Amino acid sequence: MTRTYLSRNPSVLWFLLILSLFTLGVTVLSEAYGVAFLSTSFIKTLGKTLCLCLAALAMDLIWGYAGILSLGHMAFFALGGYMIGMWLMYARTEGIVITALSNEALPATAQEIQNGIAAQIFGVVGASELPPVWGFAHSLPLQLMLVVLVPGVLALVFGWLAFRSRVTGVYLSILTQAMTLALALYLFQNDSGLRGNNGLSGLQNIPGLDGVSQDLISVWFLWASAFALGLGYLLVAWVVSGKFGSVIRAIRDDEARVRFLGYSVEGYKLFVFTLTAIIAAIAGALYYPQAGIINPAELAPIASIYLAVWVAIGGRGRLYGAVIGAAFVSLLSSWFTGGRAPSINLGFYTINWVDWWLILLGLSFVGVTLFAPKGIGGLFDLWQGLRSPDRKGATLGPDDGSLMEKEAKE
Amino acid sequence: MRAALAALVLALLPLLPLAGGAQTSPPVTAAAIVEDNRAQIEKPSRQTIGPVIAALAASGDPQATAILQAWANRGLGVRKSDGVFVLISDSADGYALRLLDGSDAGTAPRADITELRPNSGVRGVIATALVQFQLNDPDPARRAAALTTIARDPAPELLEPLRASIEAESDPALRAQKDRLNRLLTLRFDPDAATRIAAVESFSGDLGLDLRAALNPLLATTRRAAPLGTPIEGNIARDLEPGSDLTEVEAYDLLVAADLAPARLTTAELKASLAANIVGGAVAGIPLADLNSQSARNRAYTLLEEAGTVPVAATDEEVTQIVAGHRFVETYSEPDPAVTSAAQDVLTGIEVKLASMQVADLALDALSLASIYFLAAIGLAITFGVMRVINMAHGEFIMMGAYTGYVVQLFIPNYTLSLIVALPLAFAVTFAAGVAMERLVIRHLYKRPLETLLATFGISIALQQLAKNIFGTQARPLTSPAWLDGALSFNDIVSISYIRVAIFVLALVFLLFFLWLMKRTRLGLEVRAVTQNPSMAASMGINPDRINMLTFGLGSGIAGIAGIAIGLFAKVTSELGNDYIVQSFMTVVVGGVGNIWGTLAGALMIGTLQKGIEFLNPSNTLAAQTYMILFIILFIQFRPRGIIALKGRAAGD
Repeated sequence: MTRTYLSRNPSVLWFLLILSLFTLGVTVLSEAYGVAFLSTSFIKTLGKTLCLCLAALAMDLIWGYAGILSLGHMAFFALGGYMIGMWLMYARTEGIVITALSNEALPATAQEIQNGIAAQIFGVVGASELPPVWGFAHSLPLQLMLVVLVPGVLALVFGWLAFRSRVTGVYLSILTQAMTLALALYLFQNDSGLRGNNGLSGLQNIPGLDGVSQDLISVWFLWASAFALGLGYLLVAWVVSGKFGSVIRAIRDDEARVRFLGYSVEGYKLFVFTLTAIIAAIAGALYYPQAGIINPAELAPIASIYLAVWVAIGGRGRLYGAVIGAAFVSLLSSWFTGGRAPSINLGFYTINWVDWWLILLGLSFVGVTLFAPKGIGGLFDLWQGLRSPDRKGATLGPDDGSLMEKEAKE
Repeated sequence: MRAALAALVLALLPLLPLAGGAQTSPPVTAAAIVEDNRAQIEKPSRQTIGPVIAALAASGDPQATAILQAWANRGLGVRKSDGVFVLISDSADGYALRLLDGSDAGTAPRADITELRPNSGVRGVIATALVQFQLNDPDPARRAAALTTIARDPAPELLEPLRASIEAESDPALRAQKDRLNRLLTLRFDPDAATRIAAVESFSGDLGLDLRAALNPLLATTRRAAPLGTPIEGNIARDLEPGSDLTEVEAYDLLVAADLAPARLTTAELKASLAANIVGGAVAGIPLADLNSQSARNRAYTLLEEAGTVPVAATDEEVTQIVAGHRFVETYSEPDPAVTSAAQDVLTGIEVKLASMQVADLALDALSLASIYFLAAIGLAITFGVMRVINMAHGEFIMMGAYTGYVVQLFIPNYTLSLIVALPLAFAVTFAAGVAMERLVIRHLYKRPLETLLATFGISIALQQLAKNIFGTQARPLTSPAWLDGALSFNDIVSISYIRVAIFVLALVFLLFFLWLMKRTRLGLEVRAVTQNPSMAASMGINPDRINMLTFGLGSGIAGIAGIAIGLFAKVTSELGNDYIVQSFMTVVVGGVGNIWGTLAGALMIGTLQKGIEFLNPSNTLAAQTYMILFIILFIQFRPRGIIALKGRAAGD
């Protein structure tokens, strides 16, 4: 019996339908193309949320399906942002410098333009030469390739090193966290060539689109993000649907057994690790032009942990769960921290959500882990009438696989 | 000129009445000398005053010192009415006067006296002459002060008086000081090269800062250039290779400064002169639109040069050519090569010794950093190493300990007492928090380690925010008692603060405590049994739940105590734990999970490594941390189970 791709993934069509309806709805409500119900900044927030959903999708593939809790995917996300940010900043500064130099008597040389750009971009960290890492920044196609290549190669090398020495489980999580920390600390230096803790800024101004208002650009980026998310969903659903998907799920459940069956566990893991890094990087490349600024704080290990939190709350091991989790938590988070949530007056103390939101998030995260391991996605199971086998009672012993009280009676 | 003066002073020096020495000059009073040289003294000039001062110094009159001192400090005046020299000092209504022989002469209004104001050059000559007296002053304090003056501002003319005063010095400490100063001055100023070399070599192995200060001017170099084939005067230190030792730009600037080459044209100047010569949309016949490259601009400038409209200047190719045609050297300002090589040898010896001292200091630093990491990680060595529970909130337990210390200090103002109270209290607080967390959360997740990581992370962000809400975002001080202030210093370079010593001791105490607990107590035995095989341990009557709870509480409690130790030298903030959590996990993982010696080795390695990298690149601690983490990631490739790996069944998976 051969089942088609779509029949194995009934959620894909639903997802695409909802995504297109969402995009259409936002477009109609936008200032640029419709009734101006939603502000431009809110549309940007929605567009950014779609990018975060894409990153969460990658996280779900690596964690929910392959069982690797990577605490480094936000680093790949930010690296993608840095790569596109370099071009955005270079091209925009180039325009400014050329305009400034055109007033002079002699036409500017290429060297003068280059020096002008370097002084503009790096004056803030006290340098005046363009570091070698900016060698490709003048060209959009090359820099777009780097969006994929830099995080991809980093993930490939790191993954190869980690997987071949059989670092698994929590050790791998700590190792990826260390990688993220190292990368962030490196970028924090002023002589890293990426402007230290100033980061790259002014990314919302797209070179060549000077006359176009941010109203339009925000909607275009929303479309692009939605398109990328849809495409990413199709890709990830395809990856996990076939035999490949079965193997990576098997690796998650019992790595040693898969290895004894003759599969190259390391190869599979490496492929998934690199693929998800690239997806995260693309999501980042779409995210940061909407955010407008990127700095090394975005790479802090905590960002990657939040990504895991979203996926866990949404429900890991199901693709729509990751998307729902990322959208739900990040929107809720911006609602709470934006100061828009009403404070609760307890009489003796006023709960100000800007201060208490993180505590609520942390505790709800503990709650989800303990009581609802399936996350929000579990609601769909309830709706469809699927239930986990109910092994009633407490365990009879501390070992793995010990019987439950009721089971022992039968 | 000053040297000639000094020689003059020196020539007259043997006439000085040395303590105990026979008076060799006829007794002439200082007052008489002053009177004889009235014109010179009233309008002194640095060039001509030398003999007068020398005569005064040589007079042997005890008043001479007072006169010289007064003169230098504008305390010498001439009474307008009769032209008599008087020593003046401020009094209530004008000046109090004394005659040059020291007798009192009443007072006078200011208007009646002409103050003598020698210029600074003359005052310098006077001061030099005075040092001779001070060196032989009966008061040891003044002799010491004179030595300090000489050491601060050494001059060639001071050498002879200093030497002469050594013999008569009775105080052994001052004598040693004089002797050392004599050698220091000798190596710089003695006219005889052999004496100087002997003085330099007598210092071999000495580390004093004053010696380095004396040697460095001997070895000061200047860069010089000459056309190839021309000999270069002076004591050449080394040849410089343009491109490696100095850049081409520096080399050319040297040539320009020595008038050996025309000034280089900067690109900005070139552009300005081209812009000044635009004729009908073109420069020297080249249309403006074509001038968008440096080579086209150079061409245009050369054309202008040929036309004579702009001055001749060197272009890049010419610069390279000219630089290649010259020899560049560094020469010592000291002309004698034997002296410089001896000085160089001694200095090299000093540097080697200094480097070894620095290594020792670095080792101490590394050890103290290692003990901090060890202290932060030892709690983890229990919860993560023994129980295999990833506790991301470990850093927050450290923070809780530090805040406990802070709160205790608010109530108990005595720092020593508050520390004694805070240590057990911090243990109790974090022990309770640990037990609560184990009972409420971790217990349910023993089979799902990745989820433990995330759940404890949730607790971590909640605790961090809670601390922020309670204590605010600004750093809170945790003040150490006075007896922990200061530093234990072995010499100029090697020193360590007492707080760090205390932390080292604390780390050691905890190591011993851990070993004792695990190897010698019933609880340790049960902990090991439960971690190895919980069901078998349960069959033997051990309650695994209770043991897990106690072990986790213990690990957390130690984190609290570590928090106080860390809080003593770092500011207490809600992010305190964040800074240590990754390093702590690294320490445990690198060392080898489940083995306290491994944790110790890991802490030592990470501490040494970080300090070592910081030493190589001192300006950048961020880079040091980056490279350290990269190194650890690579290290795990080669020893995935850490430095000390468990073997056999205990290793598990």
